[in-house]
Amino acid sequence: MIKNSAAEMAQSLASGATTSVALTQAHLDRITEVDGKVHAFLHVDAEGALKQAADTDAARARGEKLGPLAGVPLALKDVLVQKDVPTTCGSKILEGWRPPYDSTVVSKLKSAGVVILGKTNMDEFAMGSSTENSAYGPTHNPWDLTRIPGGSGGGSSAALAAFEAPLAIGTDTGGSIRQPAAVTGTVGVKPTYGGVSRYGLVAFSSSLDQAGPCARTVLDTALLHEVIAGHDPKDSTSINAPVPQVVAAAKSGDVKGMKIGVVKELNGDGYQAGVRQRFEESLELLAQAGAEIVEVSAPNFEYALAAYYLIAPSECSSNLARFDAMRYGLRVGDTDGASAESVMNMTREVGFGREVKRRILLGTYALSSGYYDAYYGSAQKVRTLITQDFNNAFAKCDVMVSPTCPTTAFKIGEKANDPLAMYLNDIATIPVNMAGIGGMSLPCGVAPEDGLPVGFQIMSPVMQDQRMYSVGAALEAALLSKWGAPLLSQAPSLGGVA
Amino acid sequence: MSSLSRDDVANLARLARIEMTDQELENLTTEFGVILNAVARVQEVATTDVPATSHPLALTNIFRADVVIPSLTPEEALSGAPASEEQRFRVPQILGEEA
Repeated sequence: MIKNSAAEMAQSLASGATTSVALTQAHLDRITEVDGKVHAFLHVDAEGALKQAADTDAARARGEKLGPLAGVPLALKDVLVQKDVPTTCGSKILEGWRPPYDSTVVSKLKSAGVVILGKTNMDEFAMGSSTENSAYGPTHNPWDLTRIPGGSGGGSSAALAAFEAPLAIGTDTGGSIRQPAAVTGTVGVKPTYGGVSRYGLVAFSSSLDQAGPCARTVLDTALLHEVIAGHDPKDSTSINAPVPQVVAAAKSGDVKGMKIGVVKELNGDGYQAGVRQRFEESLELLAQAGAEIVEVSAPNFEYALAAYYLIAPSECSSNLARFDAMRYGLRVGDTDGASAESVMNMTREVGFGREVKRRILLGTYALSSGYYDAYYGSAQKVRTLITQDFNNAFAKCDVMVSPTCPTTAFKIGEKANDPLAMYLNDIATIPVNMAGIGGMSLPCGVAPEDGLPVGFQIMSPVMQDQRMYSVGAALEAALLSKWGAPLLSQAPSLGGVA
Repeated sequence: MSSLSRDDVANLARLARIEMTDQELENLTTEFGVILNAVARVQEVATTDVPATSHPLALTNIFRADVVIPSLTPEEALSGAPASEEQRFRVPQILGEEA
């Protein structure tokens, strides 16, 4: 049952073949069984999930009209607040904090009857590409437990790949949904910026952060996308326009006559041979499905990484000023006569991890008087150039594509002491965030040299998210008929009954 | 070649309100040399004729009607406070610092 897609689970619930309580319990059992090895979850809310499941079952029994994912369980990244459920953002500074309100994403999930199993592990405050920056220890990739599951949303993607949940929520500031999806053989979408409300999403870099859906199939991802998307008056950057018709696009998967632009600069040197091979094969499959493959150029993408590591730290240095030991979270050194400033200094020293401190200081520097124009100001100009590159390319194609990541999953610890090597993971995902457009990663096979999953990235213009779902669904269908079974059936079982 | 001295990094830590150890300051001074060199590449293309983009959306101010709507109760607002007193956040001494 737990290996089915969310759409199949929803079908079983609607037909009465199973109940949400049974489905939820099956996933809680799976978590008990394998999460000691995977460590996808920071907190499992068994009681709350079973109550929500029972409520949905009761509503169904009463004959109420329910949403398409009602009763299906989900794993929530620990950066979105859920009332009375611990939210840590992977940081010691928020250990034990229970938010007094729901984020808009959580409110929408609850009203849709989606059952929230618990909170998933992540790099501290979403800063990282491996979950190794979590204060609570790393998550392990279900494909190979000695490897990283990607980051920052490695917990959400690992939960999907380990069949601990069929649906998950991630957030993507520079690739934190798409890169974990790529290295775990799952699907993840960063919607257009402003497509999903940021209310109750703990801010890292406000002009880049975007919550989005994660699942094991393109259709499941689309179903979840439509549950969480839409205008929210509580987020002033929320787009007030109809939600793109992503479910219809995922169901049709029609790419006939679509122009698919291969980004010249996001391939070649620095990309693993097996990654390039699977990417090229996928292009052939899309051509066979009726799409036209064209080459597009984005000459300024090579500056995206540098600009990102100025803009994101700058915004984070400002956003994380709220962790001041005064209103919530950790407080250290509050002894008689201690000043507020010394308490603040000590709390932030103890509460923040190494990467968070590194970025706060980098941002403080980039924004400081005398250096602002050279660093933050220049990075903002690069942002304009990247957006222009996208606009020029989208004049010649409907979607743009590239490998999601230059490599497959690396070993835990391999890059932990080399921040620049770690940052290179996001080289192909960052441009999307800089321009605020949509991006998807879906599995396109395993690299022959290491047997690990490869991600295929699709990028679509602002509020044209349905296009990436059409292309994703077409590629997924072609790959499925080639493989005969979903890619995850090649992953190790991790023991247990599943 | 961008570089920061250990004192520069210590000053940034002070501005960011983080009480860093000597070892942390040493490590960051080394790391910043490498990171700043890498990110300074933005200056190669950021010429004066390129406008800046601060945000992906063309934002204007968003207003809502000035009406009272339900919000957190004082108990809820204080529920995560490290210390509270008489429906207020209790904070360490804020006056007389650095006198």
